[in-house]
Amino acid sequence: MLLFTTSAHHPDPAWRGRVTTTLVALLLLWPMLIASEFKPWTLLDVQSLEATWHFLSGFFPPAHSREFLLLMLDATWQTIAIATAGLTLALLGAVPLTLLATESLSVSLLESGRMRFSSAVIRQVARWLLVLLRSVPELVWALLLVRLVGLGPTAGVLAIALTYSGMLGKVYAEILESSESHTTESLLKNGSGRLAALFYGALPESASELVSYTTFRWECAIRGSVVMGFVGAGGIGQRMDESMKMLSGNEVSTMLIIFVLLVASADLVSTFLRNRLG
Amino acid sequence: MSFVLQGISVRHASAERSDLVPALKEVSLAMAQGEQVALIGPSGAGKTTLLHTLACAYRAVSGEISVFGVAPWALSPAGRHALRARLFLAPQTPPLPPRQRVVTAVLAGRLPHWSFWQAISSLIRPNDPDAAYEALAKFNLQDKLYTRVDRLSGGERQRCGMARLLVSKTDALLVDEPLSALDPTLALQTLAVLQQHASQRNATLVCSLHQVELALSHFPRIIGLREGRVVFDAPRTEVTQTMIDQLYRNARTEDQSDRVAAPVEVRIAPLC
Repeated sequence: MLLFTTSAHHPDPAWRGRVTTTLVALLLLWPMLIASEFKPWTLLDVQSLEATWHFLSGFFPPAHSREFLLLMLDATWQTIAIATAGLTLALLGAVPLTLLATESLSVSLLESGRMRFSSAVIRQVARWLLVLLRSVPELVWALLLVRLVGLGPTAGVLAIALTYSGMLGKVYAEILESSESHTTESLLKNGSGRLAALFYGALPESASELVSYTTFRWECAIRGSVVMGFVGAGGIGQRMDESMKMLSGNEVSTMLIIFVLLVASADLVSTFLRNRLG
Repeated sequence: MSFVLQGISVRHASAERSDLVPALKEVSLAMAQGEQVALIGPSGAGKTTLLHTLACAYRAVSGEISVFGVAPWALSPAGRHALRARLFLAPQTPPLPPRQRVVTAVLAGRLPHWSFWQAISSLIRPNDPDAAYEALAKFNLQDKLYTRVDRLSGGERQRCGMARLLVSKTDALLVDEPLSALDPTLALQTLAVLQQHASQRNATLVCSLHQVELALSHFPRIIGLREGRVVFDAPRTEVTQTMIDQLYRNARTEDQSDRVAAPVEVRIAPLC
């Protein structure tokens, strides 16, 4: 076992642990590959290659009649609206939950290295709520909500709001906790309130991460609203579902091009905002 | 009396650091309101710990502490936090977020006295830019009022942190190594501003210093700390070279108090 023998006079004490962790991880991965029926070679089957070719050849040229493009413009606008409205509602839920769940803003933790029991309970409840909100995929929320509020964009907006408030709240809390705590701590030590310390310490420290994560989530919300369109939540997804069922590959390819453009523009927005924050 | 400590011992919360930074052992001292005291001693002697204990940031494991005549740890957490608003602790590394503007960073010294809405409105439009300007002017930084903190040099940041101290309305100033990033001329100026400000406001000034000569020439009272104990606590006229040599003998060469908390840049990979 070359991996475990050491010839150096000052062997790295972390080496054994690293090797063991890697081996254990590989050992655990193997049954997962079997369980997920991971057989990439079926893609290169003659039969599946033929089917793929047949489907893809229908993509050219992309549909570009004036009427269809106008329809697409409307659907795209609806998709963006669903994503933006959903994300805004999600922020309304996520921000208060973040404030409750963030550990580094605890005065009692600062004093004794331990949190007061009551604040620990509140923090834990907030965390559970966040888990609950994000553990149900937005597609499932959408399926439920389509029954409650009927077909249309409202279901998509609410579904995004519910799932994304869980995701945003969790990641915001993590970003704030992993940011440089020195400024926040010293504000708290000087007697500032929790919220004031957040706005003057943690927020400017991690503003660019928070903005970049939020715009990334907006991008995810656009994709999410497309997927939810398939279950009747409106937008470009609903159109795509129709075109897929009609097997009109040229329409599907136009929509895919629109997706790429949407995601690219979300990326531009994110870069622009982060540059502004420096 | 600003501070009365009787047999105070402090142990650090994190066990693995307890061997690095000696806690305080049986420290007893009293400081009158408006007194100016210098803390000296080798690195790792417990100067920072003592300042944090005075600021009610660390809780002693044993002993009695009273701040402005009240026992902080007998108060409710809210009462104790209100007491902290009367104390200003300036850490060695100036706690200024890089992306904040200097005016906001300086006015943050007023935060404990502001309501939440005042704090928010001052983020949008500074409440009292003139106060920040005057405080910065004392350190010749007035032209940096609307600059971002990350455009400042290390020495400018340290003085910016001192400007925050000037705008705070506190009764005691606990300053940790305020001169570590300054050249000798600036160090003298800064110390003069600090002391003048403290005496004008009749605020107690406790200042930890590496520069023994500066401490001896500027502060009426000197406390020597070593390995968490008070070695001497005397008026500067009674401090002899022998006492100083004893205090720093075999001092560890590694400068532990300069272990600046390195900014931890953790970026969260977006989860989808």
